[in-house]
Amino acid sequence: MDYGIFREFADSWGLLYLVIVWLGVLFSLFLPGAKKRAIDAAGIPLRDETLLDEDNKNE
Amino acid sequence: MRNITSTIVVGAGTFITLLLAAFAQDSAFQIHMSIIALTLGLATIILLRRVGFTPAEPVDPTGYMDDPIRVGAILTMFWGVIGFTQGVVIASQLAWPEFMWEPWFSFGRMRPLHTSAVIFAFGGTALITTSMYVVQRTCRARLFGGGLAWFVMWGYQFFILLAATGYLLGITQSREYAEPEWYVDIWLTIVWVAYLVMFMGTLFKRKEPHIYVANWFYLAFIITIAMLHVVNNLAWPVSFLGSKSYSLFAGVQDALTQWWYGHNAVGFFLTAGFLGMMYYFMPKQAQRPVYSYRLSIIHFWSLIFLYIWAGPHHLLYTALPDWAQTLGMAFSIMLWMPSWGGMINGLMTLSGAWDKMRTDPIIRMMVIAVAFYGMSTFEGPVMAIKAVNGLSHYTDWTIGHVHSGALGWVGMITFGALYYMVPRLWNREGLYSMRMVNWHFWLATLGIVVYAAVMWVSGITQGLMWREYDAQGFLVYSFAETVAAMKPYYILRMIGGLLYLIGGCIMAYNIWMTILGKSRNERPIPGSASANIQPAE
Repeated sequence: MDYGIFREFADSWGLLYLVIVWLGVLFSLFLPGAKKRAIDAAGIPLRDETLLDEDNKNE
Repeated sequence: MRNITSTIVVGAGTFITLLLAAFAQDSAFQIHMSIIALTLGLATIILLRRVGFTPAEPVDPTGYMDDPIRVGAILTMFWGVIGFTQGVVIASQLAWPEFMWEPWFSFGRMRPLHTSAVIFAFGGTALITTSMYVVQRTCRARLFGGGLAWFVMWGYQFFILLAATGYLLGITQSREYAEPEWYVDIWLTIVWVAYLVMFMGTLFKRKEPHIYVANWFYLAFIITIAMLHVVNNLAWPVSFLGSKSYSLFAGVQDALTQWWYGHNAVGFFLTAGFLGMMYYFMPKQAQRPVYSYRLSIIHFWSLIFLYIWAGPHHLLYTALPDWAQTLGMAFSIMLWMPSWGGMINGLMTLSGAWDKMRTDPIIRMMVIAVAFYGMSTFEGPVMAIKAVNGLSHYTDWTIGHVHSGALGWVGMITFGALYYMVPRLWNREGLYSMRMVNWHFWLATLGIVVYAAVMWVSGITQGLMWREYDAQGFLVYSFAETVAAMKPYYILRMIGGLLYLIGGCIMAYNIWMTILGKSRNERPIPGSASANIQPAE
């Protein structure tokens, strides 16, 4: 695989792949229920002081 | 049984490095290996005295593995003060060349010592420490791998020792931010893989269904640095018992590899990792969730996809193909959007609680960090524009830009995280002194402002003097004249750095007293609750 083929793949299919993944992420943020899930996830650091269940403590 | 395996491994390491020193091909390698053998020997003695055959001590009742984090917090503080001192020393060397004691303490050897001390020793230890803290608490799981966390912490410190002593001995492969030679690079690779296993393992055994965004940033930092480090350091040693190696790349490919690495070290080490800190410690200190979690996801993916392409902006107007230069410039400008999205997200986390800016110096520290993140990610794309770069490149403007990012963003967010973590890690009521945090804040901020402003003036002066032609088309100034013009700015820059260092020393004292469990008898900050920090629950 020489440079030319590599380069052609990178700036066509490779680029398209990355753009589609990125657009997919953006799209997923506006699906129904995404707002509720995001608000829930944002609360993770604020309820982290209590930990763990028993099997973790005994390790 | 405690410390048996580690004692055997470190003891064997001592023996092997002693052999390497004996059969070394060059004197630099010999001295380096002797230093390592000595250090490992001392570590063996310390470990031998701690070998125990009684059952392991009961684990921390909170369930989190916090001992390596406590060590890391102290080391972060220590390396911070060392790295800032280094900076003041080399700034003085530029202003007064008499400060150079050659060959070991010449500017050429001391400068990588400073950059590595602040980026890898201070910044890297801060990242490893806080990532261990954050990943456990947001996954609600104990660190994966038992002693692996200790290996990562001490293995990384050992890497720093190897790098630092190597620089002073003149062992360098001369790659920006990647000066350590091949054998040190191999060691870092081993430590880094262990770090990845520890972090991923903790994510896999999490009890919290969702992986919090701070962990995404930390994981991106770990994985990308692994990739960058391995590719940039592809080299062939001249001898397997010698300190010299040659890069597998040559010419402009080598230059691009170095700056692909160099800029992404800024993007993924100094930005992504520290954004992980911002997304955890800011909401914690403000006691409110991040402004928009969905914006943080857009911030993450856009930053990850764009940053990796921005490296060529370090090679504008060089032999690099023109399309690659334009690519680097275009992606740098696009980076504006995710960076500012992230900055707005961080600042707006305080919306509805802006009064904390007045009453809580730790929040103020974090806010100024995010503000500097915004300012330096604004300045960076401007400097990546070819026309601006024609003036700014190779001048002190670049140095000023790097420091507004490093002192302002990286330093301040780390200070904020340390001030948050330390009382909780040692179960203290609060910090030794909130007023000292305030002093630290103002000294550091003033130091950065002096530094950045002085470097703008000196950089633009330099750039304009270099390109000044007379009517006949001759250069107006000789290079030595531009150097002489810099002298007052170099002195002022040293003063800016000194202010920042004094702030760092105040922090070290404050945190040390907090660890000792003392509390300063002082007037509370007006408007704040008498105890600003709630005790750890």
